[in-house]
Amino acid sequence: MNHLPQAWGRPRDDVYGAYDHSHFQTSGPIQHTQSPIVTGTSVVAAKFKDGVVIAADNLASYGSLARFTDVKRLRKFNDQVVVGFGGDVSDMQYLDRLLNSLDIRENYSSSETALNAKNLHTYLAKVMYKRRSDFNPLWNHLLIAGLDGEDKPFLASADLLGTTFTSPTLATGFGAHLAQPILRRTLPDDASVEDVDQETAVKLVKEAMKVLFYRDARSMDRYSIAVITKTGVELHEDEKLENQSWQFAEQIRGYGTQVN
Amino acid sequence: MVSPLADTSIGTGYDLSNSVFSPDGRNFQVEYAVKAVENGGTAVGIRCKDGVVLALEKLVTSRLLKAGANKRISTIDRNIGVVSSGLLPDGRHFVSRARDEAASWRSMYKAPIPSSALANRMGSYVQAYTLYSSVRPFGVTAIVAGWDSEAELPVDGQVGAGPKVGSGGKKEGQKHGGPFLYMIEPSGLYWGYYGAATGKGRQIAKSELEKLNLADGELSLEEGVKEAARIIYVAHDDNKDKEFELEMTWISSLSGPTKGRHEEVPKELREEAEKLAKKSLDDDEDEEEEKMEE
Repeated sequence: MNHLPQAWGRPRDDVYGAYDHSHFQTSGPIQHTQSPIVTGTSVVAAKFKDGVVIAADNLASYGSLARFTDVKRLRKFNDQVVVGFGGDVSDMQYLDRLLNSLDIRENYSSSETALNAKNLHTYLAKVMYKRRSDFNPLWNHLLIAGLDGEDKPFLASADLLGTTFTSPTLATGFGAHLAQPILRRTLPDDASVEDVDQETAVKLVKEAMKVLFYRDARSMDRYSIAVITKTGVELHEDEKLENQSWQFAEQIRGYGTQVN
Repeated sequence: MVSPLADTSIGTGYDLSNSVFSPDGRNFQVEYAVKAVENGGTAVGIRCKDGVVLALEKLVTSRLLKAGANKRISTIDRNIGVVSSGLLPDGRHFVSRARDEAASWRSMYKAPIPSSALANRMGSYVQAYTLYSSVRPFGVTAIVAGWDSEAELPVDGQVGAGPKVGSGGKKEGQKHGGPFLYMIEPSGLYWGYYGAATGKGRQIAKSELEKLNLADGELSLEEGVKEAARIIYVAHDDNKDKEFELEMTWISSLSGPTKGRHEEVPKELREEAEKLAKKSLDDDEDEEEEKMEE
């Protein structure tokens, strides 16, 4: 040992060679989120002639573990907007608080018009894009459902890259692959929205949720569903999938129990 | 020569700088700030059984101002409102600070600020302006009204319910929340009140409030709205100020009309309350005339 404090407690240079100071660093470069941790799976939504239906199950997974089973992933913003969250749950909670503070600031003065779904989608898309441009994305895929400035049904998405998209039907995550084609059978284009009533749209979305539960291993049979119309938001947060039939499972070949 | 101010301690030099005591223990700058409040339009707050009402006599300073615009009662958080009397810009700064306090409480504790905590923080803030020679005290007295939720609130951003069993420090049947009313003066002094009044007509307003027996906790919110309107009308001095607008906000319980939120009293109810207020004024005048005749 010598008189230099920086050498104390370290391997001796004369025995082990020169000390590698990279081991002594307490801080590295700032690292942002590389992957989500606790996640919610698909959000599914469809327009109909008077409004929008949106649904998401109540599960938050930790990897493949079904960690939290009563998680509400649909958030009512006001009487004409609901936001559905797919992806990281803690980022969803951050966004929830952000929307809370936005709502409080928005109501400091009582204005005639509240923020509508279109306004909120613009806002959230900008938040998402800002964060991805900082290389620190909010790991979510959002569906914003409600009414636009003319009280017409509005449905659009914003994702972790800041990408925005709008369509008569939308689904995030696994649902984008599995539910979207089913939804499109009923709602192929904008014109078809006028021909679909609330009952049909709700049935369609519930059917999509059921198919997702059949095929998505990160999903659950408890879900939340909201219908947004001019009369307000009707939100149910503890629905159960009904009329399940697992008969198709016997036909599955190539994976699972029947490998061949 | 005898100074015209010889019989007061004013003009002895102890009133020229903030935070300086006079030999008999007064801070004149604060007392002058109170004078500024005494010139403002009357503001009233009533704590009712199932909510709180705020009312303000908004003196019309110009015919060029749009009627009903330029609101003076402000929302701090969803469940808290503030009305102030005195220097208007000081009132706005007070509101701005209160909003910051409410927001910072939310970001720290993930829950709305309790009315008592807001009053405490704003009391401390106002008091700090009596301590330094580089600032002057607030020229406002503010009435803070709040309804603290009686329901168990989720933490902001909470998405699930958590375990249904286990510890949590909860007491069965414990009562939470309710209506709250505080008044903060330029000195930083604040008390909780059943009924509070400040501004020009505060003396009349206070004596009217005392007649309501608010401590009994029997007055309903809707009666409170009507009383508040009547008191503003009674306290208004027709001789000095010709015109005024009545501004009123309220906060009800979760089961009430505003669902625990601070909102403007709906136009219909306000107009009805104003009609009743005017009527009761007319009736009083008639009675007085009858007495004179006797």
